Order: sequence, then structure tokens, then C-alpha cells
Amino acid sequence: MLTLRRVDAYHALTLVAPAIATKFRPGQFITVAVGGPETSMLGRRAFAVHDVRPDHGGTVEFVFDASGPGTRWLATLHARDALDTVGPLGRPFPLPKDPSSCLLLGVGYGSAPLFALAARLKERGCSIDYLLGAQSADRVFGALTARRNGRSAAVATSDGSFGARGPVTLLLEQIIREARTDVIYASAPVSVLREVTAIATRYAIPVQASVDVPMACGTGVCMGCVLPVTGTDGITRMVRSCVDGPVFRGDLVRWDDLNTIPFDALGAPGWSGAGPGGRPPGTPRDRGDPSPRTPLGPPERQTYAG
Amino acid sequence: MPVDMRARIGLVELPNLVLAASGCAGAGRELAQFIDVARVGALISKSIMAEPHTGNPSPRLTETPSGMLSSVGLQGPGIDAFLQRDLPWLLSRGARVVVSIAGQTVREYAELAARLSDTAGVTAIEVNLSCPSAEDAGRLFALDPQRAGSVISAVRGSARYDIPVFAKLAPDVTDLVAVAGACVAAGADGLSLINTLMGMAIDPRTMRPALAGTYGGLSGPAIRPVAVRCVWQVREAFPSVPIIGMGGVRTGRDALELLLAGASMIAVGTEIMHDPAACARVLRELEEALAALSVDRAADVVAQAHGRFPGGLAGRT
Repeated sequence: MLTLRRVDAYHALTLVAPAIATKFRPGQFITVAVGGPETSMLGRRAFAVHDVRPDHGGTVEFVFDASGPGTRWLATLHARDALDTVGPLGRPFPLPKDPSSCLLLGVGYGSAPLFALAARLKERGCSIDYLLGAQSADRVFGALTARRNGRSAAVATSDGSFGARGPVTLLLEQIIREARTDVIYASAPVSVLREVTAIATRYAIPVQASVDVPMACGTGVCMGCVLPVTGTDGITRMVRSCVDGPVFRGDLVRWDDLNTIPFDALGAPGWSGAGPGGRPPGTPRDRGDPSPRTPLGPPERQTYAG
Repeated sequence: MPVDMRARIGLVELPNLVLAASGCAGAGRELAQFIDVARVGALISKSIMAEPHTGNPSPRLTETPSGMLSSVGLQGPGIDAFLQRDLPWLLSRGARVVVSIAGQTVREYAELAARLSDTAGVTAIEVNLSCPSAEDAGRLFALDPQRAGSVISAVRGSARYDIPVFAKLAPDVTDLVAVAGACVAAGADGLSLINTLMGMAIDPRTMRPALAGTYGGLSGPAIRPVAVRCVWQVREAFPSVPIIGMGGVRTGRDALELLLAGASMIAVGTEIMHDPAACARVLRELEEALAALSVDRAADVVAQAHGRFPGGLAGRT
């Protein structure tokens, strides 16, 4: 570990991790083991990467809220403490081919991965508008950066202590119209992502949504982070947000059916993809992953020290 | 001198006795990013069912002290996709594959075993008996010696003769030896001990069960003493039946403990979620621990704790 600093209500932890920094693409995450070598906390904690920098051969920073036993332990680390880290994991944000008007929407420290994304988008000639939100002013992450490098930056807080009072979705339509938004990149609680997708659908704007679903392993083995997602073939599958996400096309996620097994999902009780009598002959039962996998380098596992 | 870590399942020799437990190694691809799957003793697949299965709603997992409580509900692609996609991939990487099967009826188990018998490259079949029986009001097969035995007998009957059948047993029974005995009598070539223990957690904030499935299977180091006890008891009763020991193995030392209790192979499970390279690490640590004890062959320590060789291995060079 290199540094740990306070950022308003959150902590930002920077690791010297050249192998992760080199492979990282915006939207990907890392997992860390918490509690030290003899820990009783078996689940790895997943965090979106906020930023990578070339110094010290490559550093990786992530932002967290010290709200549970694992994250409180992280907040007690000191420079030079080792931290068991795996990454980069997951599918990154897809980038538009042509210069586009991009709206980057983040709630709480969910906005952390958006700034590295903004840098990539700018390289491609995209314009960036930010919409950030949180419970209160001290929980809005990155407002200063957003103001500095965005074409516009709007903020909404539930208590009205910063920007507009209310949810981010309150300002969304106005920004879409004014900025002539082509695509929305959103990283927020699923309840917000659902609203954002609903509004964007009315304007026929695609949403790339980074979901924040609790994970225990981050590598796809535990099957704990599944959510119902419709594939491009029209079939709904329970997919893992760690390996098939965390970024999903908003219109493909069955937001209303989270925490359920939709009756028409592949393999649901009584499922029959081809109506009564089962599938037509010759139809494969499982046509694989819902979307083609981008070739990415393998993640690294290492204990990184500062 | 390097320690001989080899083990044997039926006719297949495994390069080492550290396996990846069912449901903890995904389809193998997930681990291949971190370790060479060919160097794992054998990979035990997620339990495969006849049809694709969505599993349970979320939340499915919750962390408990030194444990993981999970209720995934056997989400899986079904045997067709497994045979078309997952098994060939594993074999192409040089992995040895023990296929775990799960069913709701005795017949479903038997049909799965028959399908696997038509396929090359199945090292063994592990029968996951912790499945609700559609023929017995949803009671788990593993809870009843007779029902467990009838599944094993059907599987043994339809599986090719040279594919060993291992029965995976649940520890939540009054008399584990009775269930193990019924499985052995029904033709099981070996036993996998133990499956998870049934547990439950309640979230005080929501005042509701933490898992959508209400109950979950408890795994991780929290259950290791139960695993050691179960392996010990079953080994005492059936000294000639091979046991794959599993339950909370985190280090080479833990693996050694299960070997001493009577397991001839061990499997690493939940620890893989914590450390994706756990199988390779546990193997290395176990080898070091055995070398430190001046043991030449891992097989020599199996069941040593039962004291059939007074004074242990000391002076037995």
C-alpha cells in the first residue's frame, strides 16, 4: 500500500500495483482480502478502480466507505502494509466509436470509476457532462474534478446541502435535452440505475450501467452476484456481475426482477424456452454468454506493498 | 527429496491429492486465470443437473465468522451444455475432471451417470446427495441411509464400470456412519466428506433472513472441526473406503489434518473464493509440511491419527 487519504466521508487507498495499472481499463474493478492473513472474513471486497497513475511503475487507487468490518480494517492500514489484491477484473465500459456527447452519472462513491472513463472519452473527442448525487454534500465524490474537466457538472443531494435537493434523476431529463446526450454512463445503486434506464429509454439513449452488487469472490466461482439479464438472443439468464459485468447495457438488465428468478429465465422452475413441449429439436439449450467477451489480459494476483 | 503427492481414483492416477471442491471452482475457466488447472489433482465440477437451472434468487451468500453461508441453489447450464462446452475445455487444458451430479429423482441421477459414461475423460462421478428429493417431500437424499443408498445403487448401476462413484455426504445427520455404510453397501467406490452444514443468518437491519433461500450451507474454516470428526468416524468404520476430505481447508496444515483423520485426498472449497490460487498454495504448503516431517509419500500419513502405528512415523524410516 502506498497511501490512504480521507476524501470527505470516504477513504481513497492507493496501491503500487504495476501489473494491474498496466492492464486496467475504465470500469474494471479489483478485489482485496481484508483482515490480514488469519482473517475470519472470507469474502473478498470488490472496489471499482478510481484511477491509475504511472508513478512508482504504476499505482491503482480505489475509494471506499468505511462502513463495515472489512472496510473499517482497510481504513486502519498504513503505508508499506501489504494488501492482497486481485485485478483488474470484470468488463470495462465500452467506448463509442465516434465523438459523442456523454453523460457520466454517479451516486455516492459510485462516481469513482467515471473519471478515468472521462479521460478515455476525451481522447476520442467526446464531450463530457457530469451528474453527481449523494445523500449529502460530503458524500458527493469528485465534484471538483467534474467541474474542472467536464463541459458541465450538475449535483443533486437528498438533503439539499450541495446542488439541487432531490435524487439525481430529477435533473436527468433537463441535462439530456440541453447536452443532447448520445450515451449515458452510470455508476450508482441499482434503484437509481433502474430509473436512469427508464428515462434514457424514453429518449432512446443507450445506458452503460455499472452495477454495485455485493460480491464474495470477484472471479466468478461463488455465483453470489447474479442478476437477470436478457441476452441479445432475447433469452434471460442469471449472469454474474463480476465476470459478465459489472458494466451492463441498461436496457438488457431486468431491473424490476432483481432479487428474483424471472419465470422466463433460462432454467427457471418450469422454464421452457420454446413454449409447451420444450424446445424445438436442434436448439441448443444454452447459447452461451449473453454478449461476446472482449479479449482482456488475465488479472494479476499479488500482494502489493508500498 | 520431493514428497510423492500422487493419489489414485479408480484407474486414474492423479499427480497430486489436492482437488478443487465442487461449486468452488466454477467451470474451471474462472481459475485458469490464476493457476494451471492441469496441476490441480482433479477439478470437481459444479453439480450438474439434467436441465439448465437458474438457482435461487439473491441474496445468495452472506459472510459469517470464518465461514460463508450460501444458498446458490445449484445454478448451472445442464448436462448438455456441460458436455458440449465445459468438459471439453477442461480436458483440452489437461485437467482431470470429477463430475458432480445432482438430481431430484433417483432416475435423474442414473440418467446423468449414463450420459457421463458415454463421454471420454470423466475421471470419477461425485454424487451430490444434498438435493431435495421430489419423491420424498423435498427431504435431502443425504439425510436418509436408504434413500442415499438407492441413489448410489442406481448411479453405480448405470455408470460405466471403470468410472468410480463417490458419494458426497451431508454432515447434518444423526448417524453419518449409517449413511456412509448404506452408500458403501450400494456400491460407492469412495466417499466425499463433507458437504456444507445447514445454517441461517438474520440481518438485524431488515429483520429478515439474510438469504433469499432462508437457510444456507455453511462452509469455510468454521466447519473444519466437523469435517475432521466426520472423516475420522467414517474412516474408523470403513478403513478400506477412499475418502476425499473437505470442509474448511485453508492451508497445507489443514489438509494434513484431514489426511491424518483418514482422507486419502483432500479438496479445497470456500478458500478458493478468498484466494483464487488456493489449490496450488495448499499443495505447496502440504508438501512442505510433509517434508518437514520427513515423509516421503503423502499416502503414508493417511489415517495416521488413528494410531495403528504407535509412535506415528517417527523411527519408521
